[in-house]
Amino acid sequence: MTGVEIAGIGIHAFGRHGDKTQTDMGVTAVRDALRDAGIDGRSFQAAFCGTAYGGVASGHRVLGALGLTGGPIVDVEAGCASGAAALSLAADAIRAGQYDTVLVFGVEKMPKGVIRSSFFAPWQEKAGLTPAPAYFALRAQRLMADSMVTKQHLADVVVKNRANGVHNPDAMFRASVTAPEVLASRVVCEPLHLWMLCSPNEGAAAVVLRASDAGVQVRAAVLRSHLPGYVLNEGTPMCGLMGAAPESPSTMAARAAYEQAALGPDDLNVVECQDTDAARELLAYEELLLCQPGDCVKLLESGDTKLGGCLPVNPSGGLLSKGEPLGASALGQVVELTHQLRGQCGARQVDGPLVALAHTIGRGANASAIILSR
Amino acid sequence: MEVGEPVEDGLFTSAGLIGGECAACRQRHFPRADTCPWCGTPDVSEVTLSTEGRLWAWTAVNTPPPGYEGAVPYGFGVVELDHDNLQVVTRLVEADPSALQAGTALRFTVVPLDGETTTWAYGPS
Repeated sequence: MTGVEIAGIGIHAFGRHGDKTQTDMGVTAVRDALRDAGIDGRSFQAAFCGTAYGGVASGHRVLGALGLTGGPIVDVEAGCASGAAALSLAADAIRAGQYDTVLVFGVEKMPKGVIRSSFFAPWQEKAGLTPAPAYFALRAQRLMADSMVTKQHLADVVVKNRANGVHNPDAMFRASVTAPEVLASRVVCEPLHLWMLCSPNEGAAAVVLRASDAGVQVRAAVLRSHLPGYVLNEGTPMCGLMGAAPESPSTMAARAAYEQAALGPDDLNVVECQDTDAARELLAYEELLLCQPGDCVKLLESGDTKLGGCLPVNPSGGLLSKGEPLGASALGQVVELTHQLRGQCGARQVDGPLVALAHTIGRGANASAIILSR
Repeated sequence: MEVGEPVEDGLFTSAGLIGGECAACRQRHFPRADTCPWCGTPDVSEVTLSTEGRLWAWTAVNTPPPGYEGAVPYGFGVVELDHDNLQVVTRLVEADPSALQAGTALRFTVVPLDGETTTWAYGPS
């Protein structure tokens, strides 16, 4: 089987960038990725662009601005996993022998505040049944009940990730925080305080994939979408079956990725996971099989997931530090993990990682798991 | 009974939420759909769901979400309807999370959204 190499990476810092358009940010990320890959002009055969709110022909606008149109350009939407979905399409196309070199990028310029989604019916908005942080809060409350998580643990996740973000020049928030400060920030939806939630924001990231067995390899890139039954799944259904405990989309994606890469969670050296809110990271520990069900607190308290531990999670600072530009966030994780595998991360560098996992989960439900190795 | 038009037709009456029951798998769902969301069978009959529920998860919404023009804060959560084998996402009459406990018995009610519109909630039984 053909190997798929991450031949180049580029990123436009995540944050708030005034009048700068998503096209401007995409141009920066794509130009950097092409330069990093050492290719010029249109020497890629296809392009996949992840975006959720970017609008019609988002990818075409970026490549049009660079004078790089002519090949197929496909915009991909899969909620928070949009960039990962784009990457999985590109990697699969290379493995299938369809293309030799493919450009993957993601762009987003999110409005401030709670995300308005065309996902919901108008009556759901009118009835007050669409507040994203409230759904996060319900999931957090259930995790607290099922896995003995406390608010202090939630604050500890924020402290960990924000400490990592201090060293990430592409993050939105670069100041460390203390647990008392996190717990003193206002309650958005009990039990979640403001600093326990990531901010939707703006940014772009790009990756060049190439058929090659060298360099950083994409060992697996898997998307799994929706599974009905559980009332609090990210498909945000209005109902679920009592006692329903189907495998989560994140676990389905992770299992498939482990199988495809022929390795397991014990082989991972570094993870970037979806910390939309602090509880979501702890839930990801369990869903990605990094620990036994119910043991997320044990894993957090062990210190293993801190920088310097044996399995650092979100060394980039996570979404809690970077913010979340939906279409770009999954590729931002891939950019971070490629830097980690190359040993380019300076103060936030994980010690000699060989295998890395990137995970996203969001509306749809859409979950992705990407495994990289060197 | 609150006066006003339901926020959407076909969601509830004063007698309770309007759900569906699948002719094939017999599982219920809400809101009523033409195709069973659990097994995909397009043979669903209408049922009124239980007005008696138990609290399973809850929070309060303090900031109006986009497209919502009613009052804040308001209670928000999931109730279990044992009779229907269903968990339903719902507004809660109680907007103070510290006043609620898991397993508390709750009853279906119709509440005002504004002067002209109503929706449903679960509140004290």
